[in-house]
Order: sequence, then C-alpha cells, then structure tokens
Amino acid sequence: MIVGESRTKHSLWVLFFLLPASAGLILFTVLPIVSSFILSLFSWDLLGIPEFVLLENFKRLSGDQKFWKSLVHTLSFVGGYIPAVLVTGLLTALLMNSKIKGRGAFRTAFFIPVVTSWIAVALLWTWLFNPKFGLINYILALVGINGPAWLYDPKWAMTAVIITSVWKDTGYVMMLFLAGLQDIPASLLEAASIDGASGIKRFTAVTLPLLSPTTFFILVISLINSFQVFDQVWVMTGGGPSGATSVLVEQIYKNAFRYNNMGYASAISLILFLIILIITVLQSRVQKLWVHYV
Amino acid sequence: MFKKISLYILMTLAALSMIIPLLWMVSTSLKNNQLVFQMPPRMIPEDPTLDSYHKLFDLFPMMRMLMNSILVSIVITGGQIATSLMAAYAFARMSFKGKDAVFLVFLATMMVPFQVTIIPLFVLMRSFGWLNSYPGLTVPLLHTAFGVFLLRQALMTIPHELEESAFMDGANHWQVFSRIIAPLTKASVATLLVLSFMASWNSFLWPLIVTRSDDMMTLPVGLSVLRGRYETKWNMVMAGGVISIIPIVVVFLFSQKHFIQGISRSGIKN
Repeated sequence: MIVGESRTKHSLWVLFFLLPASAGLILFTVLPIVSSFILSLFSWDLLGIPEFVLLENFKRLSGDQKFWKSLVHTLSFVGGYIPAVLVTGLLTALLMNSKIKGRGAFRTAFFIPVVTSWIAVALLWTWLFNPKFGLINYILALVGINGPAWLYDPKWAMTAVIITSVWKDTGYVMMLFLAGLQDIPASLLEAASIDGASGIKRFTAVTLPLLSPTTFFILVISLINSFQVFDQVWVMTGGGPSGATSVLVEQIYKNAFRYNNMGYASAISLILFLIILIITVLQSRVQKLWVHYV
Repeated sequence: MFKKISLYILMTLAALSMIIPLLWMVSTSLKNNQLVFQMPPRMIPEDPTLDSYHKLFDLFPMMRMLMNSILVSIVITGGQIATSLMAAYAFARMSFKGKDAVFLVFLATMMVPFQVTIIPLFVLMRSFGWLNSYPGLTVPLLHTAFGVFLLRQALMTIPHELEESAFMDGANHWQVFSRIIAPLTKASVATLLVLSFMASWNSFLWPLIVTRSDDMMTLPVGLSVLRGRYETKWNMVMAGGVISIIPIVVVFLFSQKHFIQGISRSGIKN
C-alpha cells in the first residue's frame, strides 16, 4: 500500500488490475468448467429444455461401445506415441549436445514442425501416406516393401497418426531434453571417464540418472498432451476408417456438435478431465520415488 | 575423426527426415494437376507453376481466411499480454486480502483441459449471439492463467526500491505499472507473445466449433474444409499448407530464442 492511500482507493486499484484477467477467467473458464459438471447430469439437444437425468449419461457411457473403443484407441495412441517420441527426442538431443558445427541449422530443421499448425502437418502427412501416389509407399517400394493403405486401412491408420505425431513433436521433446542435458555438470562426466568408464557406461551410469527429472517432466507433459489428441486425427482420418482411430476428444466433438448430445458429450469430457487429474496426482506421488536429483 | 564423421552423417540423416516432407509440400504445391500424380515422383517439378496458388485465391476465400487468422491472432495475443501483465502486477506488486486464494484459482484452471470447457463455452457464445463472429473467436480467449503465472514470476524479481521512489513523488499505480514495471519485463512479455501468437495462429478446435461460414473461418479450419472440397487437388491443398506455415516460420526464425525458451519453460504447445 502506498503511504497516504486510503483503503478504498487501494482496493479499487487492485480491482482495476485484477479485473480484466479475472473476469475472463471466471466467465470463460471457471463457469464453463462448473457448467460441464452440471450439464453432464442433463439430457439436452440444444433445442428443447434440458432434462435432469442424474447419472443416466454415465450409465450410458459404461455400455457405449463407441466410447470404450475411443478410450482404447486413445490409450494405444499414447502407448505408441510416448515411447517413440521420448526415444527420438533423446537421441536427437544427444546429437545436438555433441560439439559439432551446424547445430543451429539442425535445431531449426527440427523446430519448424513444432511451430507449424497441426492442420498443415496432418494434411502434408495425409498426402505422404497416400497409398498410390504418396512418397512413403514409393520409398518403401524402392526397398521392395509393398506399403499398406495406411489411413485407409484400419490396421495401419493409428500407426500413421502416431508416426506423424512423433515427426511433429520430436523437435519439441529434443529441446526439453537438451535443456536437461546442459544442466548435467561436465565435471561428473569427466570424472567418470577418468575412472575408465566407456561412452555407453557414462551414458547409463551418469547421464540417464541425472536426466531423470527432465525425462519425468517430459513424460508427464506428453501424457497430458497426448490424451487430448484430436487435430491430427480429425484431419487425417476423421476417426475412421470404420472407427479405427476414434479417440476421446473426437467422441466429445461428435456427440456435442454432430449429434447435439450436449449432456452426454459433457460426461465424456469429464472422463478426460478425470484421466488428466489422475496423471497430475500420480506425478506428484511418483516424483518422490524414483527421480534422482543432483 | 571416424566418430565425428558418423555423427555428421547421423545428424544429416535426421535433419533430412525433417526437411524432406516439408520440401515435398512445397514441391507438390508447384506442380500442375497431372504432375502431382506422376510416378515415379519428382522432388523438383518438371514445369513449376504457381497455378495452384492462383486457384487457391480465386476459387477459395483464402485471402479472407488469412486476414481472419491475422486479425484473430493479433487480438488474442495483445489481449492476453495486456490482461496477464495487469493481473501479474496485482499479484506480484500489491498486497490485498485473499491474494493467495485468487492466485490458486488461476493455477488450478491450468490443470483443466480446454476440451472440458468447450461445450458450455459454445452454449454461452450461442446465447450471446456470438457464434460465427469475431467476438466469438477472440473474447473467450483474451485471458491466460499461464501468462499471469509467467509474468508474475518476472515481476517478482524487480526490486521494490524502483517504485517506492516513484510513489514518493506522487505517482499512482497506473503510472508505476506502465512507466516503470511493464518496460522491465520485455523478455518475459516477448516469450508470452510468441507462445500466444503461435497458439492462436495454429488453434483449431475452438475456431472449428465457433465458426460456420467460410468468411469467418481461420486458416487451420479453412484448410480442413479445403481438403474436403478439393479432395484430389493435392497441389492446392499443399499450397494452402505452405501459406499457413510461412508466417509462423518467419516469426519463428526472427525470434528463435524466445520460442525455444518459452516452449521449454511452459510445456505448452499448440
């Protein structure tokens, strides 16, 4: 408080600075979150009067094949994407961390897909994955492999979506790993090599353990992001072929804005919320158990 | 020596795997309708043409969508910086009752995925009559809890002596905020600027929900429509992709440091 300023005047100043962000937050974030919970207890097609149905939406969820499939597909996306992007991100970060020329250009090359919109990337890869005229099946054919129909084949569509996602996000994960790698004291690695540790030994005994807080952070961030997968799926497959890439957010979108089941869609969105909440809570628990700090 | 060469080879291969798809996008956009489906495919088009770009602007409201994207991104970015900087000032430089509790609410909302809010938000926009309009595209996004958090950190590091003497001289909070504090946070504001701009330029789900007609769509939504409308015209679709990528890549190349810092700090992407 400024000397000589009245209490009322001070409160007005606080309100002045706080109001723009708070008004937006309350009206467009907090209120919608609360409304989602309420809406999930109603059946509403946007036109008529919302009908209170208590837990009917959640009961319906438990028996909805489409919902369960979308959950399974989301999990298979997460399960394929996360290990792959952690490996490509770490490997490229290790390359970037070696002291050789041209690292700037390398970093830029990996970062362009990160700053690009999902839609542009998804369209590009839809074209690359084109079964007849796509570059990927052409290159596969050069080495004698008869490429699948990718996005048109229920067995391969999710793999194609995962490959695309890994391609886009590798640069992002690389930068996060690189920040972690640069925090590792060079003296520790030198000490290890004076003690006769080989390159691989130094990596597994020094670098990896010291990198574990970074790895953990990346894992949590990627988990949270990947459960929300939507843009690339929507553009590349629209959830198809025959529902093979249907994911949670796609189900939320379709139920709300295609079929006008607002209450039911809200219920699905709360399941997504629950999953992310569980990850966040587990994160704080697990962190204490296995992460090594210097 | 051997190790160094193999490192270079690995690095080049990795970079090529990033660059070739992007070049392929540009290459396809420069081909005519027949050459797009030429087999074997050629990276350098035989007879490069800007035909698909012309068609894109003639047959499709590309210019309008480009303008929509620019307008919406600038309004959202500007709004987020203004509201976040002001709130950060209150949280970092003023004392008031319930400060911690209010800040906690800001933090807590960061944990809730945006998808949880979209249905009620859509209903709200509908009741305001804001569907398919610029207010609908921008107003719900003018605040960001993350931005408040980021700028609060920056504001807390500024020593208090600076504003104390200004207050002694009779300055009010707005003068201290706009003339002393805000100018000292340029680096963090730049970080928020690139993050907000990137997020709004690339955002898809909300514009997809809130827009209906071609003339209100932003580029990402427009591109997804373009693909549906010109399914086999890959040269046009790729041209649209190139156009949507250029502005953000240019912004990125000129402010790489802020991008990388911001993205590594936030764990937030598109």
